[in-house]
Amino acid sequence: MNAVPSPAIEIRGLTKSFADVQALDGLDLTVEHGQVAGFLGPNGAGKSTTLRVLLGLLRADGGSVRLLGGDPWADAVALHRRLAYVPGEVTLWPNLTGGEVIDLLVRLHGRPDGGRKAELLERFELDPTKKTRTYSKGNRQKVAVVAALAADVELLLLDEPTSGLDPLMEAVFTECIAEAKAEGRSVLLSSHILAEVEKLCDTVTIIRGGRTVESGTLAQLRHLTRNTVTAVTRADPAPLAGLTGVHDFTTDGHRATFLVDNEHLDAVTRELAALGLQSLVCAPPSLEQLFLQHYGDELAALEAVR
Amino acid sequence: MSTTTVAAVPRSTAYTGTTTLLRAALRRDRRRLLIWVLSLGALTVYATVGLGAIYDTAASRQSRAAVMETPAGIVLGGPGYGTENYTLGAMIANELGLSVVIAMALMSLLLVVRHTRAEEDGGSAELLLSGAVGRRAPLLAALLVMALADLGVGVVVFAGLAGSGLAAVDSLALAVGWALTGIVFGCVAGVTGQVMTQARAASGTALAVLGAAAAVRGVGDILREHGSALSWLSPIAWAQQTRAFVDLRWAPLGLSVVLVAVLTTVAFRLDDRRDVGAGLVQPRRGPAAAPPSLSGPVGLLARLQRGTIVSWTAGLVVLGLTFGSLARSVVDMVADNPALARAVGATGDLSDGFAAAASTYFALCAAGFAVASVLRLRGEETAGRMELLLATALERRRLLGAAAAVSAGAAALLLVAAGLADGVAASAALDDAGRLGAQLAGALVQLPAVLVVAGVAVALVGAAPRFAPLAWLVVVWALVAGLFAPLLDLPDWAVRLSPLGWVPRVPAEDVDVVPLVGLLLVAAALVAFGLAAFRRRDVPA
Repeated sequence: MNAVPSPAIEIRGLTKSFADVQALDGLDLTVEHGQVAGFLGPNGAGKSTTLRVLLGLLRADGGSVRLLGGDPWADAVALHRRLAYVPGEVTLWPNLTGGEVIDLLVRLHGRPDGGRKAELLERFELDPTKKTRTYSKGNRQKVAVVAALAADVELLLLDEPTSGLDPLMEAVFTECIAEAKAEGRSVLLSSHILAEVEKLCDTVTIIRGGRTVESGTLAQLRHLTRNTVTAVTRADPAPLAGLTGVHDFTTDGHRATFLVDNEHLDAVTRELAALGLQSLVCAPPSLEQLFLQHYGDELAALEAVR
Repeated sequence: MSTTTVAAVPRSTAYTGTTTLLRAALRRDRRRLLIWVLSLGALTVYATVGLGAIYDTAASRQSRAAVMETPAGIVLGGPGYGTENYTLGAMIANELGLSVVIAMALMSLLLVVRHTRAEEDGGSAELLLSGAVGRRAPLLAALLVMALADLGVGVVVFAGLAGSGLAAVDSLALAVGWALTGIVFGCVAGVTGQVMTQARAASGTALAVLGAAAAVRGVGDILREHGSALSWLSPIAWAQQTRAFVDLRWAPLGLSVVLVAVLTTVAFRLDDRRDVGAGLVQPRRGPAAAPPSLSGPVGLLARLQRGTIVSWTAGLVVLGLTFGSLARSVVDMVADNPALARAVGATGDLSDGFAAAASTYFALCAAGFAVASVLRLRGEETAGRMELLLATALERRRLLGAAAAVSAGAAALLLVAAGLADGVAASAALDDAGRLGAQLAGALVQLPAVLVVAGVAVALVGAAPRFAPLAWLVVVWALVAGLFAPLLDLPDWAVRLSPLGWVPRVPAEDVDVVPLVGLLLVAAALVAFGLAAFRRRDVPA
């Protein structure tokens, strides 16, 4: 046992381009052992490409990629025995039943399912006797999720695993991931459902245009950004607008709402106290706000088009 | 109130959006269609010019007519109109028609399935139908593209024939007849695309219909000169029965038109009745657990192709029985007609020569199957399922190796089935049990060449997946070189470009081990190259 085990996933400066597109452009990503890592970004940001590089399906153009201490391209088969994968877009063999596909994938994985298949089928309410042709997108996804969770592995690579699931099934999925974490497995969960990431993940990596723009624990990320403050004061709160670190200041009589950069929070609350505080709500930023901070310009551009 | 609401909705019919779909399909397929149209046109022109130059005397044409009156000549050619005065036009109609018509039928049925059932399999049909697209529009657009492609070939063929100085009206009849036959089989695929729930099954069934039509026409024409009642059951016969360049009549083409109308109606009726993505037969439930056989890539690929393998085997058994049962007629014909024996250069046993020719057919079928089977793995890749497989502890080379193995195994099975059927039928027809071994040997020596064709597909899937369909060129060339080398007067090197060109004509010739071992080595090298390259490339690529 190493004193400092290498992370489950360690990516540094990963680049990958296809014929005419630079899909990944210096991406960094770390997933520590036993952690659930969120991998955020809108469609086309490079999440699936990153996962395919981790699976040794695509060969990296540049940068370094380590997976469970190995090289995902050279040691693909050995590493695959220790991980399971749920692709973002699940297509199955239309003529096979869901149960047959799960068995096939588990067998190809080289690990007996140890009775977990039946339990997972029940939890996900999946009928294994139907041909996959007749499955909805959500049911196809369940097949891949059940096959992945049935295997006894150290690492789960999940590419938007809940995008076709209904809220009930999403809850079951959340439970399963929490259990996996409790069993000491590592999870990389790509998603654009922020609430899910907020609920499940220890760390978050936000990527944009194939590059990491933010990463760390949720607490760290929050620390870097702004709190939302809503305050009612006896005196007119207008002077607050001029303070350093205050943004998006609006008032409604004596009620003021604004954002404060974290490092200026202390100074601003002192000023607030001086104005005679009657009520104060100070909320840390939601993941959505974090996310929008990096994609705000794209949103603005979109709205401008409209 | 309600009236204004109704008026606000633009009038739409089941055919709304057909023009848009048609334009999109033409755009998407423009290169593919251009290649089909130009190559089939070029083949016709080349054959016309070539035959005109080679057979420039009446005597030479008459000796050729004698060959075409043999059962083998009839099976590979036509009902033999005009053989008593074999002009260049009659020669084209009688000998070139079958191959061009089969090629056009292939083009048509693949095209229709690609634009109907394949779209539903891929899910893009759903997207289309959710837009302002009528229920019947995708099928109609597919049929129209197919008809345009066939008419395109027809125009080039007409221009080529009439341009070479052949009678314009007869050239027109030939071109129209060929185009209509192509359209008939496109419409057959229109129907099978409704019945079958998978693109592969839809084109497979349509191909089986084409094979049956070819077999029925061949047998029917052998039973009686200029065709028996049986011949008239085959749409392929109708194009040949116009007697172009001999004693032109248009009536048989009426049958093609009627059949097109019937098939189109049936296809649309079926289309109206079923759900998008579903076939006629509601899917049944299956086992909740996989059988032990389904635990590796070989098991998976064999399972996925089970139905196709069974139907191809059945088809080749029918083909083998057909050829085998002709053995008697071949012998009788030569016995009755010493001139004919001289004409076909009857050195040695005529039934041996016929068996060798039959083996070429079996080999072409097996090669076509083998390529389709290997390319199936490329289909798995583009569909996104290969990712699912390779994310498990399955090594890439094992996956591609399994595709090669299943393809080779099934090709061998097809050849054995065809050879045995041929042998059994020939033994019975000639009352000579020795035929069994001879016909089987003739079929089996083709295997190394078929493996080379499959090897090309493996190499392409491994190294250049985007160009994998080019493996079909090898099959097409094997077909041209195998069936039309004498007709087109191809030089020896051109015949040897086809792997089948190296196979000894067993049982007419002795088994020569050297080329067979050479072919096996080439096949092994191609597969090894493909496996090595597959290890190094991106998936999906």
